Amino acid sequence: MMRRITGDKIFQIAIAAIAASALAILVANAYVLTSGSALVFDTFGLDFLTGTSWNAVEGREAFGVLPYVLGTLLTSGIALLIGVPLSLGIAIFLAEMSPKKVRVPLSYLVELLAAVPSVIYGLWGLFVLRFWSQNYIEIPLNQYLGWIPLFGGTPLGLDIFTAGLILAIMIIPTIASVSREVISAVPNSIREGAYSIGATKWETIRHWVLSYGRSGIFGAIILGLGRAVGETMAVTMVIGNATGPKAMVSSLFDQGQTLPSLIANGFIESPDPLSKSAYVGAGLVLLVMSIAINVIAYLMVTRLFKVKGGAVE
Amino acid sequence: MLNSYRFRRYKNKLFFALCLACVIIAIVPLVSILVETVVRGASQINLHFLTANVLQGGIGPSIQGTLIIIGLTSAIGIPIGIFSGIYLAEYGNNKYASNIRVINNVLTQVPSIIVGMTAFGIIILYVTRTYSPFAGAVALSFMLIPIVARTTEESLKLVPNSVREASLALGVHKWRTTLNVVLPASKSGLVTGTLLGVARIAGETAPLLFTILGSSFFFQGFNAPMDALPLRIFLNSRMNTAEEQAAAWGAALILILIVLALNIIVRVASRGRNFRWTING
Repeated sequence: MMRRITGDKIFQIAIAAIAASALAILVANAYVLTSGSALVFDTFGLDFLTGTSWNAVEGREAFGVLPYVLGTLLTSGIALLIGVPLSLGIAIFLAEMSPKKVRVPLSYLVELLAAVPSVIYGLWGLFVLRFWSQNYIEIPLNQYLGWIPLFGGTPLGLDIFTAGLILAIMIIPTIASVSREVISAVPNSIREGAYSIGATKWETIRHWVLSYGRSGIFGAIILGLGRAVGETMAVTMVIGNATGPKAMVSSLFDQGQTLPSLIANGFIESPDPLSKSAYVGAGLVLLVMSIAINVIAYLMVTRLFKVKGGAVE
Repeated sequence: MLNSYRFRRYKNKLFFALCLACVIIAIVPLVSILVETVVRGASQINLHFLTANVLQGGIGPSIQGTLIIIGLTSAIGIPIGIFSGIYLAEYGNNKYASNIRVINNVLTQVPSIIVGMTAFGIIILYVTRTYSPFAGAVALSFMLIPIVARTTEESLKLVPNSVREASLALGVHKWRTTLNVVLPASKSGLVTGTLLGVARIAGETAPLLFTILGSSFFFQGFNAPMDALPLRIFLNSRMNTAEEQAAAWGAALILILIVLALNIIVRVASRGRNFRWTING
């Protein structure tokens, strides 16, 4: 009897210790980012968050992440603006409208978008999407709406807009597949109730199904936002990589920089401890942003599953 | 007029068409990516390209490096991930486990570039003191462990309790029940989830930038930089000559074949089961 209890106990404690690896990884991330960026925060304090220059020249060092925070938010914003309507359309089509026969292959195809490595998105963006975006979207917008500062400048294709466009494509599978599950989880009684008072299929979806699942769909969108904020390679390859005051956003058709692309471009080559520390500081800002986004998503999605039980909020 | 039945029917059809258009719009980039990669990459592929080192115009070191890094990462990440998942599924009815679950969820969403920085800050600065395949594998394990832990937990939970009870009723210890009965019963889900996780990390680039750095030569030991396909694609895309950029497409074709083959095999083998292509989200 004793032996059985101890054997089980040992196993349980051993795998509980292995499960703690998750905590260890989180602590490792936090430790490296906070201890590594201590130098830059000691030197510049909060100016690091609000400054716009990025200068590693000895004697004139100045580091500020504001342009890259704005660049990250702007590219992710464009991605949501383009990606969310498309993803919702896809989710609605796959969950509510498509004939059974094409539903499975179509959802395979959409989810296949998520399996393509981000560096291949980047390569495709650099040599293919860039020209589509430049010729068919940016130049016409620039010609007719160039008087709006956001559409000014010289469209080259390697800029903030193209980065946002490629992010939009990359977040579609995330948002579409989670939203599709949310929509499928809406009980049929809701639909039947709507049909019984004479609503068309679209009205049922628009007014009943979507509003029933809205917290889950919101969670899906935030998950997509999290992916867009942290995406590195594809953005680095198409955004043009401006540094310093030049990276301050003046037009969508200007070269820009996001936090991940800043780090990817400069971390390894950074010459001295202070500038290395500045890149680590940028990483800390990025981690805080993405964790905040994911905590919101987590709260929204768990709220959804409580709602799913039956009562509407 | 606006509320007339005919108008509402018309609106219904219009939105049906719009939603269908969304699906088509999303599939256009996928088709374009696949077609461009195959067309531009296929002209590169020949025996020399696949076996020569980078200076001689090949991607041999990148293919070798990718296989090494996938092997190392799997060796580190899969056992840790599976045992974490077993704990969460079989012993996970407590506060500690639900905290670990939340942390795992957060970890799957940590930007990959940060994972690379962390591996740099710990493994390279304190352990290997130089760019090393080991550091790259640790970085990728940081991404693989939470994925494997989650899929393990999910697939163990699909095993009906009656199976556990039958084994316990025969007097088998709980730990043996878990390892010899529950684990084999969920084998197919476990293999599926793990392979999808591996397919996902096989294409990751950002964690490798600061850890294995890239190299023109074949594997030179655990204290030297190494190459990998995703890294080679990134580095070559930034080079000046058309030949080097074309080589990036060749490498992209090989990488996409590896990743999609893993995905499609898994998908076809587990047809009917409720697994996603990615673990993302």
